Amino acid sequence: MSTTVANTGTEGKAWGGGNEPLKASYGKMMMWFFIVSDALTFSGFLAAYGFSRFKFIETWPIADEVFTHVPFLHGQEHPMIFVAFMTFILIMSSVTMVLAVDAGHHLNKAKVTIYMLLTIIGGLIFVGSQAWEWATFIKGDFGAVQTKGGNIIQFVNTDGHRVALRDFVVAAPSDRVQHERKNGLWFVSEGALPSYSINDVIHGLESHPEVLVRTQTINEHGHKTILSREESLKQLKTNGKHVVEGANLHENEYGSPLFADFFFFITGFHGFHVFSGVIINIIIFFNVILGTYEKRKSYEMVEKVGLYWHFVDLVWVFVFTFFYLV
Amino acid sequence: MAHAHKLEILRGLIKFKNVTQKIWGVLILLSIITAVEVALGIYKPESLKGQFLGMKILNWIFIILTIVKAYYITWDFMHMRDEVKALRRMVVWTAIFLILYLVFILLQEGGYIEGVYSKGYIKHDF
Repeated sequence: MSTTVANTGTEGKAWGGGNEPLKASYGKMMMWFFIVSDALTFSGFLAAYGFSRFKFIETWPIADEVFTHVPFLHGQEHPMIFVAFMTFILIMSSVTMVLAVDAGHHLNKAKVTIYMLLTIIGGLIFVGSQAWEWATFIKGDFGAVQTKGGNIIQFVNTDGHRVALRDFVVAAPSDRVQHERKNGLWFVSEGALPSYSINDVIHGLESHPEVLVRTQTINEHGHKTILSREESLKQLKTNGKHVVEGANLHENEYGSPLFADFFFFITGFHGFHVFSGVIINIIIFFNVILGTYEKRKSYEMVEKVGLYWHFVDLVWVFVFTFFYLV
Repeated sequence: MAHAHKLEILRGLIKFKNVTQKIWGVLILLSIITAVEVALGIYKPESLKGQFLGMKILNWIFIILTIVKAYYITWDFMHMRDEVKALRRMVVWTAIFLILYLVFILLQEGGYIEGVYSKGYIKHDF
């Protein structure tokens, strides 16, 4: 193949390793095999997500109700819009990448440079969007109460719309302060305390007759079950344990702890791939500017990082479907 | 270039004049599919909530559209269309076989455990 970078001196010698039955260079083939193994890793994560979801199919959080936030639009609910934007950005950067590869085939240095730059910018926008999505997810919005059995109960009004804890709960003064290593046992620490105690929530629910409890159980219409007023009070008083705001690896206000764990792990692993892809793209970008591939008369390196970059896009297509759509 | 690019998609239904044009064509196709997915995801039509082979029809549509998207990303952006058959099969069938196997095993097991929870007198909602 004319675009092969290294000549080993074994060309044409069938038993000396000189033939290429797959008509692909060593580097490109190895990139494909790496992609296969990485695809298996990602499918392992997604299949594990499916396993946990099937295990708790009756109580799993509904992604549409979790990922509703769009930057600059506070308090409005737009499910899917921001993720769709992220998907489009990644597909777009895939397109500029493949245009860079094509320009490389024509040995057009100026075009490769521009398209590589656009690809890097697209990747950075995506990673930034993901950071924002994580921050929003970790911070939380409505707040919820965890029961003694580890389940999450949320609050809605009589129309079925979510009610945030801050809208009906008033924090009573409390002497309890966060335990830090500097003001107590140095080898013991605890996370930030929630804004409200469980008693504050009980008082709030008692004094707001329009607020009801919503459990995690999904009814036959595909919605979360909303309890009656009496059941709501009973559920909160007998089972409520503490207030949960936002998400971490132990608990989250959206429902099953596994949901947040998989969210962090899968989108985090993918985001790490995008990040490393951007780094590799930047290295290749500078090599293009320096004329390394111009001298080689081959832009195959651009093609190889292109394969990786497209793979990252490919994985996102699946993450998008299985985390946000299905 | 050593090997020429194949310039048609959808089994020759759409033919492109050059590689650049094909890239933009595939982008349009992928964008349309994504737009359909997002629209279905937002509105979730009641008519598509029926069950088919143990899953909602809507979810089947999402998964099929995803595989269509994956096909075009692999075939046209990653130039799998232009590789030799042996490389194509080596990469694609290995991944597809192992992933299908893994997904089947794990989903089957997850469904079984769900059955134990809901029918096996194990109290987990307290």
